[in-house]
Amino acid sequence: MKAIYLDHAATTPMHPKVIESMLPVYQDVFGNPSSVHQFGRKARRILDEARRTIAKSIGASEKEIIFTSSGTEADNLALIGTARANRGKGDHVITTAMEHHATLHAAKQLEKEGFRVTYLHPDKSGLIGMEELEAALTEDTTIVSVMTVNNETGMIQPIKEIGELLEKHQAYFHTDAVQAYGVLDVSVAAMKVDMLTVSGHKINGPKGIGFLYAKEGTQMQTLHYGGEQERKRRPGTENLPGVKGLQTAVQVMLEERESRMETYHRYKKLFLETLEDEQIEFTINGELENMAPTIINLSFPGMNVETMLTNLDLAGVAASSGSACTAGSVEPSHVLSAMYGKEDARTINSIRFSFGMANNEENVVDAAKKISQVIKRLSE
Amino acid sequence: MVKNMKDPKDTRVVIGMSGGVDSSVAALLLKEQGYDVVGIFMKNWDDTDENGVCTATEDFEDVIRVCNQLDIPYYAVNFEKQYWDKVFSYFLDEYKAGRTPNPDVMCNKEIKFKAFLDHAVSLGADYLATGHYAQVREKDGQFEMLRGIDNNKDQTYFLNQLSQDVLAKVMFPLGHLEKKRVREIAKEHDLATATKKDSTGICFIGERNFKEFLSEYLPAQPGEMQTLDGEVKGKHDGLMYYTLGQRQGLGIGGAGEPWFVVGKNLKENILYVGQGFHHETLYSDALIASQINWISGKMPAEKMECTAKFRYRQDDSPVTVMVLDDDKVKVIFHEAQRAITPGQAVVFYDGEVCLGGATIDEVLKNEQALTYVG
Repeated sequence: MKAIYLDHAATTPMHPKVIESMLPVYQDVFGNPSSVHQFGRKARRILDEARRTIAKSIGASEKEIIFTSSGTEADNLALIGTARANRGKGDHVITTAMEHHATLHAAKQLEKEGFRVTYLHPDKSGLIGMEELEAALTEDTTIVSVMTVNNETGMIQPIKEIGELLEKHQAYFHTDAVQAYGVLDVSVAAMKVDMLTVSGHKINGPKGIGFLYAKEGTQMQTLHYGGEQERKRRPGTENLPGVKGLQTAVQVMLEERESRMETYHRYKKLFLETLEDEQIEFTINGELENMAPTIINLSFPGMNVETMLTNLDLAGVAASSGSACTAGSVEPSHVLSAMYGKEDARTINSIRFSFGMANNEENVVDAAKKISQVIKRLSE
Repeated sequence: MVKNMKDPKDTRVVIGMSGGVDSSVAALLLKEQGYDVVGIFMKNWDDTDENGVCTATEDFEDVIRVCNQLDIPYYAVNFEKQYWDKVFSYFLDEYKAGRTPNPDVMCNKEIKFKAFLDHAVSLGADYLATGHYAQVREKDGQFEMLRGIDNNKDQTYFLNQLSQDVLAKVMFPLGHLEKKRVREIAKEHDLATATKKDSTGICFIGERNFKEFLSEYLPAQPGEMQTLDGEVKGKHDGLMYYTLGQRQGLGIGGAGEPWFVVGKNLKENILYVGQGFHHETLYSDALIASQINWISGKMPAEKMECTAKFRYRQDDSPVTVMVLDDDKVKVIFHEAQRAITPGQAVVFYDGEVCLGGATIDEVLKNEQALTYVG
């Protein structure tokens, strides 16, 4: 039985071209990019080229790209590093209750340090409202952080509108674009963001690499201490094979993004149609119109997420609830709780399916049928 | 075990894994027997402390390590709500009523062999296995539960509420092993949990101070410590902190034999103390128990001779059991018993076979209910 992977929002398989591009770096380019000799220069060239490709992909300049170990680190740097450096301008941070824990827990840390944090709640469709944001803004607000695409529901947030609103405000605007980059056309100018987070392994790149875009002039304290790398904002010898792999993943993604999105859109449609054909009772968490084609979050009334996920895995379908686990057990989704309220059954009967490179029409339909079987058996 | 007719590889066994050595070895043995083994960790209690440290997380890490060594899938399931409703609420209620609850018996009855068994069945399990030291024997379509062969580790006392339906689906892979051998097997296979310390105490309290824990949930009412003649010997911190026959923590010095808890007066909030381990007030000759479970599904006889345990790891005592009504038995001791405690289980045995058990409600001496026991 070949297991079917429907969890691309958690991580993605590496693209063969990515692996191919990394191998020579592992084999031949061991130099330290900071070294003043030719071994160092050879490495530095790879770093610079990658930075150029990546900066270009979002319409930024090379100096504005900070390589990090992960999306989490980039989010941490954006929130904590920036809030600390701008304390003189205020101590208020705005984010949303449905952010990834990389942002939420960074915000919690800021609260411990004495910052005030406002957590905006999405509406029932999973979108952040402009009125709530406007109402929350104060003179002391130094950072607004709203994710571009929610990792559990796939809902695309009104980033451009928020960017426009904040244009005249002192607050830096950060967006976690980990789920968006690779799906949407991400342009920092069009989105009017000051900071933006991307992770390599969500776009068929390697794990252990990500970056933060920080607009020229953004005041930021480092969270690490060491050498001069990344213009002191992120010291530590660069993960060169990772950087190379990320560059390739970005190149491949830019070439294929449009066709991929059409494909994933079709997969999602097929998937939902199959469930309907099987007469499975479900509702969609979020609205199809404003949703990334890669993600669909479904509520199955009467089911329990933990029982379902375990059953699905045993039946060869890998999906997830999208939310955190403690001691391996699935906690009610904080995203769905933010949308529907803590007591709503959808917080404990919903599953996120996410499409990507490991899928084809056949295995998507096959997965939907297996899911239907499990649900029918559990409903008996 | 003969109850299984299917080939082991087509037989799915869900095993409850705690991250301890016993369930690790139980999983190993099942795997070696060729079963389709699925390891599941139950999260029944959230003990995350102020530093974000949670023993459940540590234990689950051990489950992962062992399951990876055995190459079996592992999952977790959360029964915190069920545990709170069915076990912890009962635990607090019993203390409030001045009794000494047995949460392990309740956890087996309501969680491990009910909620968890249902979960296992929903995963397509043919059997549920645990690392308990007990044995199941099938005889003419009837299931018997036998003591684990390691007399010191036998856990049938805690399993006394299991029914025929449950036993039909249960496997205890360690029942025929000595604990010492279980450790050896773990070491031979270099299991990640081979040298892990056995957990002690009640699972949700763990290594913490019991008194401190209980005081978080129940208001303590300090009162007087008296002898049965009314002589005040000191103060107590709250009746719920003491059990009958207890010596530690009384803080009464002076000449003569050591002091023991010999009774509780709930109404007046008095803790009775007396001198000497064998203080006569601690002794009784019969008890009344309810919430009876007969493992066979029916009362063996209106009146029967068998042996009984009144607490875990106690030697059996010969008793006569008389049925009073559907849910009430009288248990007459052949020899006077010390510190029989209401709320605890009385468990009956016929040789190696565990017949069932009940919850102790009243303790009698010369046909008179003892008022001050709790």
